[in-house]
Amino acid sequence: MSLVLKNVSKVFEDSKEDVLNEINLEIEKGEFVCVVGRSGCGKSTLLNLIAGLEKPTEGEILLNSCPVTGPGSDRIVMFQEHALFPWLNVIQNVEFGMKIAGIPQKEREERALSNLRMVGLEEYKDYAIHQLSGGMRQRVALARALTLDSEILLMDEPFSALDKQTSNRLREELQEIWVKTKRTVLFITHSVEEAVYLADRVVVMSPAGITDIVSVELERPRYVYDERFVEYRHKILEKVEEKVYR
Amino acid sequence: MKKRDVLRTKFVSELIFLGGVILLWQMLYVIGVDVLSIWKPYAMPSPTGVVKSLCLLLADASLVKAVGYSVLRGVSGYMISVVLGCFLGFLMNHFDYLHRNLRPLVMGVQTLPSVCWVPFSILWFGLTQQAIIFVVVMGSAFSMAIAADNAIHNVPKIYKKAALTMGANSRQIYREVILPASLPELVSGLKQGWSFAWRALMSGEVMTTCIGLGQTLIEGRNLADINQVMLVMIVIVLIGILIDQIVFRKLERYIYQKRGL
Repeated sequence: MSLVLKNVSKVFEDSKEDVLNEINLEIEKGEFVCVVGRSGCGKSTLLNLIAGLEKPTEGEILLNSCPVTGPGSDRIVMFQEHALFPWLNVIQNVEFGMKIAGIPQKEREERALSNLRMVGLEEYKDYAIHQLSGGMRQRVALARALTLDSEILLMDEPFSALDKQTSNRLREELQEIWVKTKRTVLFITHSVEEAVYLADRVVVMSPAGITDIVSVELERPRYVYDERFVEYRHKILEKVEEKVYR
Repeated sequence: MKKRDVLRTKFVSELIFLGGVILLWQMLYVIGVDVLSIWKPYAMPSPTGVVKSLCLLLADASLVKAVGYSVLRGVSGYMISVVLGCFLGFLMNHFDYLHRNLRPLVMGVQTLPSVCWVPFSILWFGLTQQAIIFVVVMGSAFSMAIAADNAIHNVPKIYKKAALTMGANSRQIYREVILPASLPELVSGLKQGWSFAWRALMSGEVMTTCIGLGQTLIEGRNLADINQVMLVMIVIVLIGILIDQIVFRKLERYIYQKRGL
């Protein structure tokens, strides 16, 4: 058991309603879990709680049986905006977390380079961030997130600000990288298609909490036009929308 | 090559314009003073008079000395106020209590014209170097504190969040994220601080008795030499422009270029 959420609730001071109400979830090591739900259902709050950027009002979050008390490099986050530092170039950005951790320069560079190679941006290592396209920036952000070997990778709609074509390419690449590295991932998205494409399990959320969890039993690599893929997509889409119209 | 040509034509046209202004000024002097006698000669400076004054003041090295002392004083006062201002700005940003209570006070004090600090300063330090430097510091440190506070405050929150989830502690966040991220805005604050410091320096120098451009200006008044007064004013403007162009423009360009701003 890698990550466990026990009766986690979150209430913000300025609103009476619960953003999250008694969430229970377990994520296994090496599992890819997607959370879907329409906007405002608290999926980003869930991620912020796990990241330690916010504290739950009630309940507890355990990572390898240790309670989560604040942000840390064992739960690295990849944001919707790339959040790369514009004053550093590509490789310096990828090295940032390792520099913070005090890893020596030589090892930092080697690891950063191998991760940049994985996302196909090795030749761009000395570029400034503003010289890259949106898709390339998210690739650098992915490389940066991967270098720290965190226990779990938290991804908050990382491809949703990109155009469709680029975001499709990136999710293909993410799938390839995941198959190679088998990292534990929690991936927030509003796109059911993206969730079915990437996830071992899809968690369906509504303002009331987790309404369903669907295991996607499809071989990887997956294809969007595959008959069973479409079935999964419809099934989950219905679950997401059911709650909307009630 | 092409950009250089554009810059050169711009420079040349600027030069021609300035030449025209000086020519017009000289003509005004000739017509107003020599031909029509509207103005007294001691009340109207002229380009030729200013140049004569320049030669005189260069001959006994007093202008060079005055510039040297003033710049030295200005720079040392400015350095002190950079350190104090940035520190105060940091404190105001870091402690919510200070942000709420001290910041309005600092903003209020900042509106005080720097010349108003002169009597206070003279009572504290007498007619000394320290008195002038104190005026410089008071005249620029508060604006810099506000600028530093704003610069830190305007760092996008997501940078801090990203660094936090990569395991940075608060010291590392300040050093590796907040400082570099706030640098562009901080530098504009420093630049503005310099212009405040330079003005404060002149108010300080005019009111005290130390060697410097301010005193050379007052000396011109005492001798009823309007050309010397004009000359010193021109020198003050030129030094202000020079430091702005050489130090701050270069610094800004370096910082902005790296970030593609």
